[in-house]
Amino acid sequence: MSAIVWQLLQIILVVAVSPLITGWVRLVKSRLNGRIGASAFQPYRDIYRLLQKEAVVAHSASWVFRAAPYVTFGSVWLAACIVPAFTTNLFLAQAADLIALVALLGVARFWTALAGMDVGTSFGGLGASREMMIASLAEPAMLMVTFSLSLISGTTAPAQIIAFVLSGGVGIEVSLGLALAALVMVAIAENGRIPIDNPATHLELTMVHEAMVLEYSGRHLALMEGASMVRLTLFMALIGGLFAPWGMAQPGDGAVAVLVGLGAFLAKCFILATALGVFETSIAKMRVFRYADFLGGALLLGLLATIFLYVSEAV
Amino acid sequence: MGAQTSYDIAHLIGATVLMAGFSLLYQRRLFAVLNTFAFQALALAAAAAWQAHIQHAPHLYVTAGIALIFKAIIVPIALHWLVEQLGIHKNVETAMSIGWTMMAGVALVTLSILLVLPVTANATALTRESLALAMSVVLLGLLMMITRRNAVTQVVGFMALENGLILAAVSAKGMPLVVEISVAFSVLVAMTLFGIFFFRIRERFDTLELADLETHRGDRQ
Repeated sequence: MSAIVWQLLQIILVVAVSPLITGWVRLVKSRLNGRIGASAFQPYRDIYRLLQKEAVVAHSASWVFRAAPYVTFGSVWLAACIVPAFTTNLFLAQAADLIALVALLGVARFWTALAGMDVGTSFGGLGASREMMIASLAEPAMLMVTFSLSLISGTTAPAQIIAFVLSGGVGIEVSLGLALAALVMVAIAENGRIPIDNPATHLELTMVHEAMVLEYSGRHLALMEGASMVRLTLFMALIGGLFAPWGMAQPGDGAVAVLVGLGAFLAKCFILATALGVFETSIAKMRVFRYADFLGGALLLGLLATIFLYVSEAV
Repeated sequence: MGAQTSYDIAHLIGATVLMAGFSLLYQRRLFAVLNTFAFQALALAAAAAWQAHIQHAPHLYVTAGIALIFKAIIVPIALHWLVEQLGIHKNVETAMSIGWTMMAGVALVTLSILLVLPVTANATALTRESLALAMSVVLLGLLMMITRRNAVTQVVGFMALENGLILAAVSAKGMPLVVEISVAFSVLVAMTLFGIFFFRIRERFDTLELADLETHRGDRQ
C-alpha cells in the first residue's frame, strides 16, 4: 500500500522540482559569468507563460508534430518514475529495469527527432540527424554501464542495485569508479549539455536539441522544455541513487526515513546541479566531429569497468 | 578502517592514474597534455602517500614528495615555459586518429590483464589488481610515445610510462629501493628533457649560444 503512495509522491516530485533544478544550474552559470541572473524559480514562470500562449503550428506539419510533445514528455516522465529518487519502495520499481529506462529515453528521443524533421525546415533535420548520431554513440555506453552494474549486483533493476549497494554488498570498486565516469559522460550527452550541446545557444548552426524544437510554441514548447528538465532530474536521481544511495529509504521504513530520503535527494540534486554549472562554465563546446571521441571514451570506460570486474574477482 | 577498504582506496587512486593515462591519449592541445600529465603525477603522489600510510612505510612519503614537487609542479611548468619560448606548434600531431588510439589503449589494458592473470595465479586479487593497473599505465605510456609525432608529447609519454613503473613499485609491499628507483628515474627524465630541448634548439637555430637565440625571440620578430 505504502509503495503506491510513495510512487504517487515520486510522480509529482520529479515534475515539481525539475524546473527548480534547471533554474539553479542557470543561476550558477550566470553568477560564474559575472551576471546577476534570473531567480532559480524563473523556469516555473517560463512554463506558466508558455502554457498561457497559443500554440502556433506550421502549415506543413502533420499529426506527428502535434503528438510528439505529449509522447516525449510522457515517456520521459514515466522513465523518471521508475528511477528511485528518495525510496526504493516504489510500485513501479518492479515493472522496469535500466534497460527499459534506456528504451523509454530512446522513445522520447525518436519522437523529438521525428518532430524535428516533420516540419521540413533545414535546421530541424540537421538537429535530428545530429541527435541520432549522439544517440547511436551514447546508448551503447549506457548499456555497458548497465552491464557492469548488473554483473556486480546480479540484477538490472535500479531499486535492487541500490538495495545491494546499501546493504554493503560491494565495497569501493575500481569498476564502480569507471562506470560512474562513463555514466556522467553519457548523462552530459543525453541532456544536451556543454561540451556536446549548448542549451542556451541562439546560433542555429551549433544547435542539436534546440534545433529540433525550434518550430514549437505555446503548450507544445512547454512540454518539450519540461521533458528536458525532467530528463536532467532523472539522470541526477540515477547518478545519485546508484553511486551515492546514502539516505535512501527502503521497503519497511517509516515516514521519517522517507523524509530523510527526500532531504538527501534534494541535497544530491543541489550538489550535482552546482557541479554541472561549474563544469559547463569551465569548458567550451566541442566540434560535432569530436562527439565520437567523447562518447567512444564513455563506451571504453564502461568496457574497462566490466573488464576490471574480472580482475578484482568481484563477479 | 578495515584492510579491505584501504586496499580499495589504493586501487581507486591507481585507477585515477590509469584514467589520466587515457585522457593523455585523448588530448589534442599541447598545454592540455601538460596539464593532464600534471594531474597524473598528482594522482601518483596521492597513490604513493596512501601506500606509505597503509604499509606503514615512511620512505614512500619521499617517493610521493618527489612525484608531487618534481613531476606535478616543476616539469609541467618547465615544459609550459619551453613550449612558449620555442614557439612549438600547440596542436598535438597524432600518427593515428584519437578514436583508434583509445581503442588500442583498451586493447593494451586487456592485454596487461591477460598477462598479469597467469603470472599472479598464486597471488591474491589485491596484488593482481594493482599490478594490472600499473602495467596498463606503462603500456599506455608506450602507446603515447608511439602515436605522437611531437617531441614534447613523446617525452610526456615517457614520463607517463615511468609513472606506471613507480605505481607498480609503491603498490608491491616490501619492494626494496623504491625511493632510489624514483630518484634515478627522475634524473633520467630530466636528462631526456634537456637532451631533447637542446637538440631541438640546435635543430631550429643551428646554435646553442643564447646570444644568437635572442634574435629569435617572438616579440622582436
